[in-house]
Amino acid sequence: MTDLFQQRRYTLQYAMIVVVSIFVARLFYLQVINKDYKQLANANVLRQVTVFPARGLVFDRNGKLIIDNQKEYDLWVIPGQVKELDTLGLCDLLGITDTFFRETLRKASVYSRYKPSLFVKGISVEKYATVQEELYLFPGFYGQVRTVRAYPYHSAAHTLGYISEVTPKQIEQSNGYYRQGDYIGTGGIEQSYEKMMRGVKGTRFVLVDVHNREQGSFNEGKFDTAAIPGKNMISSIDIELQQYGERLMKGKVGSVVAIEPKTGEVLAMVSSPSYDPSLLTGQNRGKNFRALLMDSLNPLFVRPIKASYPPGSTYKPTLALIGLQEGAIHEFSTYACPGAYYVGRLRVGCHHSGFVPGVSNAIQHSCNSYFCNYFRRTIDHDSTSTVAEGLDKWKAVLATFGIGVKTGLDLPNEGYGFVPGSKYYNKLYGEGSWNSVGVVSLGIGQGELGETPLQMANVIAAIANRGYWYTPHLVKKVIEDDSTLKKLIVKHQVPVDQVYFDMVIKGMERVVEAGTGTVAQIPGVTIAGKTGTAENPHGNDHSLFVCYAPIEDPKIAIAVIVENAGFGATYGAPIASLMMEKYLNDTISAPRKYLEDRMFNANLIQ
Amino acid sequence: MYQQERPVNKGIDWMMIGLYLALILIGWLSIFAATYDETQPSIFDIDRAYGRQFLWIMGALLLAGAVLLTDSKFYPAFAYVIYAVVILLLLSVFVIGSTVKGDKNWIDIGSFQLQPSEFAKFAASLAVAKYLSGMNINMKLLRTRIAAISLFMLPAILIVLQGDAGSAIVYVSFFLVLFRFGLPGSYLAIGLFVITLSILSLVMDKYLLILLLFVAGGLLLFLSRRNRSLVFILVTAFIFSSGYILTTDFVFNNLLEPHQQQRVSVLLGKEVKVKDADYNVRQSKIAIGSGGLWGKGFLRGTLTKYNFVPEQSTDFIFCTIGEEYGFWGSTVVLLLFLTLLLRILHVAQRQRSRFSMIYAYGVASIIFFHMLINIGMTIGLMPVIGIPLPFISYGGSSLWSFTILLFILVKLDGDRLAVLR
Repeated sequence: MTDLFQQRRYTLQYAMIVVVSIFVARLFYLQVINKDYKQLANANVLRQVTVFPARGLVFDRNGKLIIDNQKEYDLWVIPGQVKELDTLGLCDLLGITDTFFRETLRKASVYSRYKPSLFVKGISVEKYATVQEELYLFPGFYGQVRTVRAYPYHSAAHTLGYISEVTPKQIEQSNGYYRQGDYIGTGGIEQSYEKMMRGVKGTRFVLVDVHNREQGSFNEGKFDTAAIPGKNMISSIDIELQQYGERLMKGKVGSVVAIEPKTGEVLAMVSSPSYDPSLLTGQNRGKNFRALLMDSLNPLFVRPIKASYPPGSTYKPTLALIGLQEGAIHEFSTYACPGAYYVGRLRVGCHHSGFVPGVSNAIQHSCNSYFCNYFRRTIDHDSTSTVAEGLDKWKAVLATFGIGVKTGLDLPNEGYGFVPGSKYYNKLYGEGSWNSVGVVSLGIGQGELGETPLQMANVIAAIANRGYWYTPHLVKKVIEDDSTLKKLIVKHQVPVDQVYFDMVIKGMERVVEAGTGTVAQIPGVTIAGKTGTAENPHGNDHSLFVCYAPIEDPKIAIAVIVENAGFGATYGAPIASLMMEKYLNDTISAPRKYLEDRMFNANLIQ
Repeated sequence: MYQQERPVNKGIDWMMIGLYLALILIGWLSIFAATYDETQPSIFDIDRAYGRQFLWIMGALLLAGAVLLTDSKFYPAFAYVIYAVVILLLLSVFVIGSTVKGDKNWIDIGSFQLQPSEFAKFAASLAVAKYLSGMNINMKLLRTRIAAISLFMLPAILIVLQGDAGSAIVYVSFFLVLFRFGLPGSYLAIGLFVITLSILSLVMDKYLLILLLFVAGGLLLFLSRRNRSLVFILVTAFIFSSGYILTTDFVFNNLLEPHQQQRVSVLLGKEVKVKDADYNVRQSKIAIGSGGLWGKGFLRGTLTKYNFVPEQSTDFIFCTIGEEYGFWGSTVVLLLFLTLLLRILHVAQRQRSRFSMIYAYGVASIIFFHMLINIGMTIGLMPVIGIPLPFISYGGSSLWSFTILLFILVKLDGDRLAVLR
């Protein structure tokens, strides 16, 4: 054969070798040198899925479940998989309108045809059972379970708090723990114990296909981390007492705080008006929250720890203790009350008149003149110090009772109340331009003095204990974690000798036996109490009552304040004593049923 | 005739057959991996691509056997007949063809579909070999050149008219064959120059390019002042080039289909509005790149398994190999192809028959072009042109046509000593 172009026989070979060499070099670059493609491949197929731990449960002091986790379903839609369907049937099934259906589906399609979008949120387990049966008729729709908080007793909203979606600020502050759409405890013990209750999120790596459909776990779950469930808690609250308190306070504005003196455990904390905590879970959360926020009575305000009230006469036992310890008052310090306290042009009225033979008697009859007089003596009597120093000393002792300072309750944003000191008056009147006369109303718990209901109850607990109190707290025990609470709960000693407590308690016992608070008597129970009728700039006097029982072995100390309700004996004392009776005896004795009914039915809110 | 008494396996080049079998086996396993479905793990499942491919492979082996049993004289004798039949088939597609993915190039036969454009390759090879091996063929004559070029451009044009420009491009490979047997190198040079010019005029400013050409031409002219004929050539080339540059936009915008424009734009790195155009290449590169040195292992390629790469069992089958077997496996496949190609060229050189030799060059050129474009596309060196990777891609028509293409050569080579043609 003649091959005229022998010289060209290797051209094609060379071309092939060159091309294959270029390809091999290119492959070497793509596969061995360049690492970007490996990351891009993982970004393509790997999805990090967060596994949310179950939030910790909360039980009351008697082991009753008060915060539960309940299943709820969200209906999701993948628009690309939606086939022609019976729109009306689906709308009926879900209880949605035709317009809602169209609009939501349209938005979902705009977002993505392959990625799921939320269609209907918060379907209850009962409702979902019927939905699920027919869901096969509607391809592209599927339900996803979610846990939400449930409150079997529908009470103690302010104590428990709620959970809500994290804010951008919280995300920023959490060092990367929270992601958009996570839930966080807001208010109440949900917020205080957030870190323990939330548990630890887990992560799961899954492989997805090109349509973002899950295809299985990555490396048999080698890199997955399990979610650690949140810690369960036992609250100090007695949920039935709490419910009873809320019922008594219905139709009234105010607070009830009950503390077990020996431990500082808060037995009940009522903030009225209250609301059902279930309102802030599930489908209508946003709507309900707005309604609560707009309510003129401000039900979201946690009155027991944030509202500062003039304590009025309920503060007299505290003043007596300080005066006695200071030596400004003696057991048998007397005062002849003319029905008012006169100094210069000032007159402080008194509901009582006559001779007061001693400090116990003064408490029993709540003599304003007596305490005005002895308050002035308390801050003035030490001739070596000025009135300013005397006032500051008084303020410092009040602080040991937890007044004017935070008690340390395990709730967020506790208020301080207000105790004016020399600084305050120097600013108001000028240094040296004021004296004990000008501030005499502090002697009867009026003037600038303000205490939170919690502080009032806490003082009574300290009196019941005759000189000490434990940090009040709402969580008794974090299950499987003892260390946290030990750090939080501290014994506070009050710098007043025991003997002085006896004198004051005697007076308080007589208040109930034969004084201003006889309405609080409970058959067979010794009670020490003190009424208060606090004048305030917002209208009628606040009705207050503080007490504890039994005197020989204090089990419950309680403070009740009903705003603008008149005398302490009218509402404060009956409510406080009914709460105590309920707690101590479990039932209300027959003769007091009328009192209970009267409280239940009293509606002071117009 | 005496030949019938010769054993069929006598003189067979087992190396080509071995490489062929290795490639179709790799192809089958790759198709299995690319379309793997955990719920139907049998590789013979007829409902899945890999199960059907098994049937295609069985058919291909039968075809190969049939080709080997046919008298080797049949091919040169019937080259033009086969060519005519295939041209008729191509024409018939316009009448009875069905449309798949915008390309009207399929014929339905029962439940199977046949792509005549695939079979046109070996038919054209036979015809070109027959023509060039004829007596008194002189490539110096323009008439001969035009006739030879027309032989393979006719099916190419028909295929373009069917809407499958990608498959038609393969016929350009016959220029390599013609070059080997006497077509002046200037044809190749002009071809390369035109391709380069087309690309440059699409990526850079046209007037700047003309200016550059002018400077380059002037420089050449200056360096070789004494060569008068060069002056003429250069001036002509410059005028034609400038005209061409100014018309490329027209060609690009008016003659190319939108999806072809996009593919060219993607390759040239120009901004493309439609995201899908570079999606294929991007996912393909990611799949191959993520394979690393050793690959992820058989059936462990996550990107191919979860359908990130489109057309992964057909045009983008090389991604599966790249992802699951890594650099190592990809190189092995490339080397298998190179070995096969070099073997074919080696076989070509030992032919005593001019027909067999030219045919062998045709086979090598076609397989080479497919590999060049297909693998080049998956690794981002070539524009996206939907042609299969020989022996490996899923699809019966392509596998059968390559099988026939190769086994005719095996048969011709087996009988090379028997008769002088």
